[in-house]
Amino acid sequence: MRKKKIWPFLLLMMLAVTVVLAACSSDDSSDSKENTSKDNKETSKGESVSTGNKVLIFGRGGDSVSLDPIAVTDGESFKVTQNIFETLLNFGEQDTTIHEGLATKWEPSDDGLTYTFTLREGVKFHDGTDFNADAVVKNFERWANGSDDKFPYYGSMFGGFKGDEGHVIASVTADGDNKVVFKLTRAQAPFLKNIAMSPFGIASPTAFEKDGDKFGDNPVGTGPFKFVEWKRNDSVTIEKFDGYWEKGYPKLDKIVFRAIPDNSARLNDLLSGAIDLADGVNPADGKTVEGDPNLQLFERPSMNIGYLGLTNTRPPFDNVKVRQAMNYAIDKQSIIDAFFEGRAEIAKNPMPSSISGYNDDIPGYEYNPEKAKQLLAEAGLADGFEMELWAMPVPRPYMPDGAKVAEVIQKNLADIGIKAKIVSYEWATYLEKARNGEADAFMLGWTGDNGDADNFIYVLLDGDNIGSNNYAYYDNKDLHKLLIEAQTEVDENKRIDLYKQAQEIIFEDAPWVPLAHSTPLLAGKADLINFKPHPTGSDKLTYVDFK
Amino acid sequence: MLHYIGKRLLQLIPVLLGMTFLVFMIIRAIPGNPAQVILGQLASKEAIEALEIKLGLNNPWYTQYFNYLVGLFKGDLGESMRTVQPVTKEVWPYLAATFELAFFAILIAVVIGVNAGIISAWFQNSWFDYLAMVIALIGVSMPIFWLGLMEQWLFGIELHWLPTSGREEARNPVSAMTNLYVLDTILNGRFDQLGQVLKHLVLPGIALATIPMAIIARMTRSSMLEVMRTDYVRTARAKGQKMFWVVYKHALKNAIIPVLTVIGLQMGLLLGGAILTETIFSWPGIGRYIYEAIQFRDYPVIQSGILIVAFIFVMINLFVDILYGLIDPRIKYD
Repeated sequence: MRKKKIWPFLLLMMLAVTVVLAACSSDDSSDSKENTSKDNKETSKGESVSTGNKVLIFGRGGDSVSLDPIAVTDGESFKVTQNIFETLLNFGEQDTTIHEGLATKWEPSDDGLTYTFTLREGVKFHDGTDFNADAVVKNFERWANGSDDKFPYYGSMFGGFKGDEGHVIASVTADGDNKVVFKLTRAQAPFLKNIAMSPFGIASPTAFEKDGDKFGDNPVGTGPFKFVEWKRNDSVTIEKFDGYWEKGYPKLDKIVFRAIPDNSARLNDLLSGAIDLADGVNPADGKTVEGDPNLQLFERPSMNIGYLGLTNTRPPFDNVKVRQAMNYAIDKQSIIDAFFEGRAEIAKNPMPSSISGYNDDIPGYEYNPEKAKQLLAEAGLADGFEMELWAMPVPRPYMPDGAKVAEVIQKNLADIGIKAKIVSYEWATYLEKARNGEADAFMLGWTGDNGDADNFIYVLLDGDNIGSNNYAYYDNKDLHKLLIEAQTEVDENKRIDLYKQAQEIIFEDAPWVPLAHSTPLLAGKADLINFKPHPTGSDKLTYVDFK
Repeated sequence: MLHYIGKRLLQLIPVLLGMTFLVFMIIRAIPGNPAQVILGQLASKEAIEALEIKLGLNNPWYTQYFNYLVGLFKGDLGESMRTVQPVTKEVWPYLAATFELAFFAILIAVVIGVNAGIISAWFQNSWFDYLAMVIALIGVSMPIFWLGLMEQWLFGIELHWLPTSGREEARNPVSAMTNLYVLDTILNGRFDQLGQVLKHLVLPGIALATIPMAIIARMTRSSMLEVMRTDYVRTARAKGQKMFWVVYKHALKNAIIPVLTVIGLQMGLLLGGAILTETIFSWPGIGRYIYEAIQFRDYPVIQSGILIVAFIFVMINLFVDILYGLIDPRIKYD
C-alpha cells in the first residue's frame, strides 16, 4: 500500500522540479539576454535619466554599525549619517577649517571659557520638529548624561561625562530661541573642531526621546537627506528631504549606500554599471580607472599617517640610537613608489602637512644605510640583532598592502645586519597584542578625526595614551608638558609653536619610523559632478549631481 | 515513526549543548577583546573596562556560559555586542538571504547533478559519460573563489549579461517584508524587480552549486551503475519495458538513497559554507554575518549564528533519514 502511494509522488516531484528548472533556465537565459541588452543601452546613456529620478549608488567597504552618529566610532556609519544629520559647525569643503553649519555665528569669550552660538532660523527636522536652541540643549544633555560605551566620541573629545572630573562642558543653555551658550570648565583649544565632527550631529529630540536606544534604526536629523530603509549588511537608502533649508538642494533624489566588502568586487561593480561611486579603490587600480573614459578618479585629501611603530620599552628599541638607525635604514620612497603607486607623501612627522602646526623644518631621516650601520655600532650592536616585524593583515587607507611593505622593510633591515622575521596575526588579535606591547616593531596607522594636531600627536605619542593609542609605549615628560599646554592654549600662533617644538622632540627620540601619508582613492562615473571627497572620510553629498 | 522522530529530537539536545560549549570555549580562546574592537582604536582604557563590565566579560567563563544557556532556554539568543540588537531580531534577514541562495543552488545541483549522473550511468562509457565526469571532476576541484571571480568577469563585466553582486537592482530597491526577495517582489507587486532578483541569483547560485552538483552527479552515477547490474533491473528490461522507465522508475528508486544522504549533507554545507560565495558576490547572508562577527569578536552573534546553522544542519539530516523510510520501506525505524 505504502509503496504505491509514495513512489508516484516522488517521481512527480522529480519531474516537476526538472520541468520548472528547465523552464526557468531557458526562460532566464533568453529573458536576460533581452533585458540586459536593453539595460546596457540604458546604462551607457545613464540609467538615472531614463528612470526620471537621480539615484546615486555609493559602493563602500562595509555596513554601518548604527545610524545614530553619537553611538559609533566607525567611518562607515558616518558616511551615511553625515548626510542625514548636520552639526553646529562644518568643516571646509575639503579641509578641516571651521565654517558655519546649523550655527551661523560663534563667539568665543577672551578666556576661551564661554562660546555663544547663533543658530540658523527656519530649519526643521525630517519629522517636522523645529530646530532651535532647545533642541541643541537637549542633544548635549542626552550625550553628557551618557557613558563611554553609549557615546564613545563624546567622552573622548570632551574629557568624559557629566560629573567626571575632566569633563570640559560645564553647561549648555538656551538664550532665547536661537542662541546657545556653552560654558567650559577649562579652555579647550580644539573645541570648535570637535563640535564640527560627524558624531555631534544634532538629532530630533522628539525622535530620540520616543525611540530611545532604537534611535539608531530610525535616525531623524536636519540634513539634506532623510532615512528610508536599512537592509543590514546590504544597503542603506536615504532620499531627498523636501524641507531642506538650503533652497535648491540636494540635487540627488536618492542615495543607496551598498556594502561591497571586496575592493576588486566593488571596482567590478563600478565597471559593470551597478554602482556610480566606489570608495576604497586599490592604488594599483588607479591607472585602470584613469584609462577608462566612462570613469573618473577622485583623490581624498590625505589626513593620515602610516608608520612602523617601535616598542620603546623593548630592548634594543629602548636605545634611541637603534631607533634612529631603523629610521635611516628604511627606504620610504621606494615603498611609496611600489605600493602606493606614488600616491603618497613621505612622512617625516607623526602628522600630515595639511594639519596646522606641521613642522616643515624637520629634516626627516633620509635613506642612508651607512649612517644606520654606524648608529648600530655606536649602540654596541655592530653585528646587528634579530627581531620580529609585525605586518598588518588588512589593507587600510594608510597601508594598502602590509605584507608586501613588510618584505621591503625586511630587506632594508637585512642590509644593515638586522634579521627581521615577519609575523602577522588576524587584525583584532594584532591590535590587542601590539597594544599590550608584545611587538618589537609593528606596522600601524591613523586617520585623523578632526584635523587637529592634538588628534595626532597627543593621541598617538603622549604618555597618557600608553595602553590606548600609544602603541609604541613612548613616554617623554617634556613632550607631555608641551602637549598639555597646547590643549588649553587659545592663541593659535602659540599653539602652532608648541606643536612645532613637540615635533622636534619626537624627531630626536624617533619612537617610530614614519612611513607615508597616503592619498586614498575613489572612483566614479564620468558624469558625476560636484563630488568632493573630504579628508575625514565622511562626504557630504548635498551638491553632488549627474551631468 | 513518531517514536523515532521523538527519539532523534531528544538526541539533539546533548549534541547542540555540546556544540554551544565547544563554540563558547573556542571563541574565547582566540585573543582579541570585543570591547576593544567595538570601541575601536580610539578607546581609552576606562571605556574598555566599562564596556567589559556592561557586556559581562569580566565574569568568570562558567558564569558567562551559564547565563548564555539560561538565555537560550528562554529563547533569548543574546544581543549583538556591536550593534546592540537582539540576535533573534537581527538574524532573520541574513538567514533569509542564505536560504534563498542555498535553495536556488541546491535546485540547480540536484536537478542537473542527478540527471547527469543518471544519463552517465545509462550510457556508460559514452562520450556524454566521459564529458560529464570530467566536468564533475573539475567542478569538485574548482576553488569557489576563482570560479566566482571568473563568472563575474565573463558574465558581468565582459558580456554584461548578469549582475555581479548584491541581491537586487539597487536603484529602486524592494522594501523588505519577508526578506526572501523573490517572495517580496511578488508581495509588493514589483514584477519589474522579480526578474532582476532572479538574475542576481544566477551567478552566486552557480558558484555555490558547482561542488555539490559535481558530487551529486558522481554519487548518482556510481549508485545507478550498481543498481543497474542487479537482477530486478535485468528482469524489468527482459520484460521489454522501455529503458526510460527502467532507469527512472525501477533503478532510480533504489539508487537514490545514498544520493539523498549526499544531498542532505551538501544542503547543510551550503548553509554554513556559503561564506566565500557571499563575500565575492556581496551577498548579505548568514555566512558573512558570522564571518564579520568573528572579526569583531561579537561573541553572542558567533555563538548563536553557529548554533542556528548547526541546528538547521541536524534538522536536514533528520529529515533525510525520515525520507529514507518513506522511499525504502525496508528501512525501519522502531
